[in-house]
Amino acid sequence: MRSSGLEAKIGIALLLVLILIALFAPLIAPGDPLAISGEAMLRPFASEAHLLGTDRLGRDVLAGLVHGTRTTLLVAFFSAAAALVVGSAVGTISGFLGGFADTVLMRITEAFQTVPGFLLALAAVSVTGPSVPTLIFAISLGNWTQAARVTRAEVLSLRERDFVAAARTMGMRPLEIAFREILPNAFGPTASLAAISVATAILIEAALSFLGFGDPNRVTWGSMIAEGRTVLRAAPYLSIIPGIALVVTVLSVHLIGRGLSRTQRLQS
Amino acid sequence: MPLLASFFLKRLIAALPVLFIVLVGSFFLLEAASGDAVDAYIARSGAMDAEQIAQMRTEWGLDKSPLNRFEAYVSALAHGDLGWSTAFERPVTSVIAERLPVTLLLMSISTGLAFFAGSLLGVIAGAHPGSIRDRILSTGSLALYAVPGFWLGLVLIVIFAVDLRWLPIGGIESIASGKTGFARLGDIAVHLVLPVSSLAMVYLALYLRLMRDRMAEIWRDPFVKGLEARGLTRRRIVWRHVARNAILPAITMLGWQSAAMLGGSVVVESVFSIPGFGRLAAEAVAKRDTPLLLGVLLCSAVTVIIANLLVDLAYGKLDPRVRIGR
Repeated sequence: MRSSGLEAKIGIALLLVLILIALFAPLIAPGDPLAISGEAMLRPFASEAHLLGTDRLGRDVLAGLVHGTRTTLLVAFFSAAAALVVGSAVGTISGFLGGFADTVLMRITEAFQTVPGFLLALAAVSVTGPSVPTLIFAISLGNWTQAARVTRAEVLSLRERDFVAAARTMGMRPLEIAFREILPNAFGPTASLAAISVATAILIEAALSFLGFGDPNRVTWGSMIAEGRTVLRAAPYLSIIPGIALVVTVLSVHLIGRGLSRTQRLQS
Repeated sequence: MPLLASFFLKRLIAALPVLFIVLVGSFFLLEAASGDAVDAYIARSGAMDAEQIAQMRTEWGLDKSPLNRFEAYVSALAHGDLGWSTAFERPVTSVIAERLPVTLLLMSISTGLAFFAGSLLGVIAGAHPGSIRDRILSTGSLALYAVPGFWLGLVLIVIFAVDLRWLPIGGIESIASGKTGFARLGDIAVHLVLPVSSLAMVYLALYLRLMRDRMAEIWRDPFVKGLEARGLTRRRIVWRHVARNAILPAITMLGWQSAAMLGGSVVVESVFSIPGFGRLAAEAVAKRDTPLLLGVLLCSAVTVIIANLLVDLAYGKLDPRVRIGR
């Protein structure tokens, strides 16, 4: 089990570095990353001013990468958080109330699962127009169902426990019991979904902005890959570099997630 | 097979409420968009006078209330009519029918490949949990699972189409090649290698992990000790008992994974310029074609429901405990 601890540590270290890069992006790469800063299509490591080269228009790749970290992490964390909050709320209500409310809520959950999450996000963005808040909303739309199912299952198993009966005899109201007594206890397994939600959100955001449906006023790794694609033959590195950033970010999240679910299993 | 047919029918009827929720949800979600089909039409075809615009709105039923329009949509849908695509200027049904087969082909080959190769590698890793082989495969699958499919597609294009020139850069077949029969099939197969690989690789990692983790759990089960005590060979225990039990969750995954694959095909088809259903979704959004987008959402829901149904059938075949009852 030592190796899994090491994996989680590597994941946490990577993610911390990425968060620091996102926080200090304006210090690391001052100025507008979308502004032209030099000669076009410089190869990586060819110039000291542009360590990773420049794109088709002469924008610095490293600056784009650094500022892209912000968009990626911002959208991913908030949409995963929204998905978990909504999902666990739906799951708690559904599992606690049971009966007709449960049937309706679970049918709705199933309906959301039936439409591919990416298509749902695409449709939502087409309605709201692309900006960071609407992207967060659009991505969480297809991302909350798993949390709802897991929380519901957990709530169902907790509902009949003694501490719930105790809370009832104390005269707590049903909703109060559901959210103050049951949900905190059911949250563990749901929280271990967090890593998967964050990873999914990162990949959906990247794919959306790759297709040109991301926030046009921000640099994103997906849009950098799409930009580079137009000169794929002459300068493949323009598409490859931001993709590596994506892989590293998603991998760090997966590494942490695996560590989390292992400790979860050891505790239970 | 009447039993099979009635099973199918029952499940489809059971899926109707879910489909109705999808219909209501997507209809009113898209209803909330600023600008309607006429606005989109004007944006493409240039200026029109107010009278013409009003006439067009009446013609397309856009002057009625959303609820009335929903009613009209549902009654048309009952006749298999998904409305009129403003971008293609053809019925939505015919546009989708033209695009869907390519995507179903792409998806089924990718799913099959991901499932078989993934679970096979999963068995290799799960046969000896903790061994070197297991560590390499597990870590590798974790890394692979972090790769965005569309980016993998671009990397494969750079390597195999641009540098090595082994495979075509995109499309579903050579344009105007005049090939027929097996030559044409071969041509399509060659074009599918890269898109299938980029879709399959990512999900392959998923099945590998699922299989491996489940096998590692099963090894701890006392019944394995019993088998060892009976003197069964390790190979037999791995394949006939541990792997066989571990495959069931992977099969359950197949159905829901079809939704993820369908979503993934949107980007992969765009990367490889494949005129499929996935790219249609992106085109519908880009051209603000609401009826088409609605049709795409409904059809993908139906596809996912049918995929789950097929998986349940296969599951019943493999696990005698859940044979379909009457």
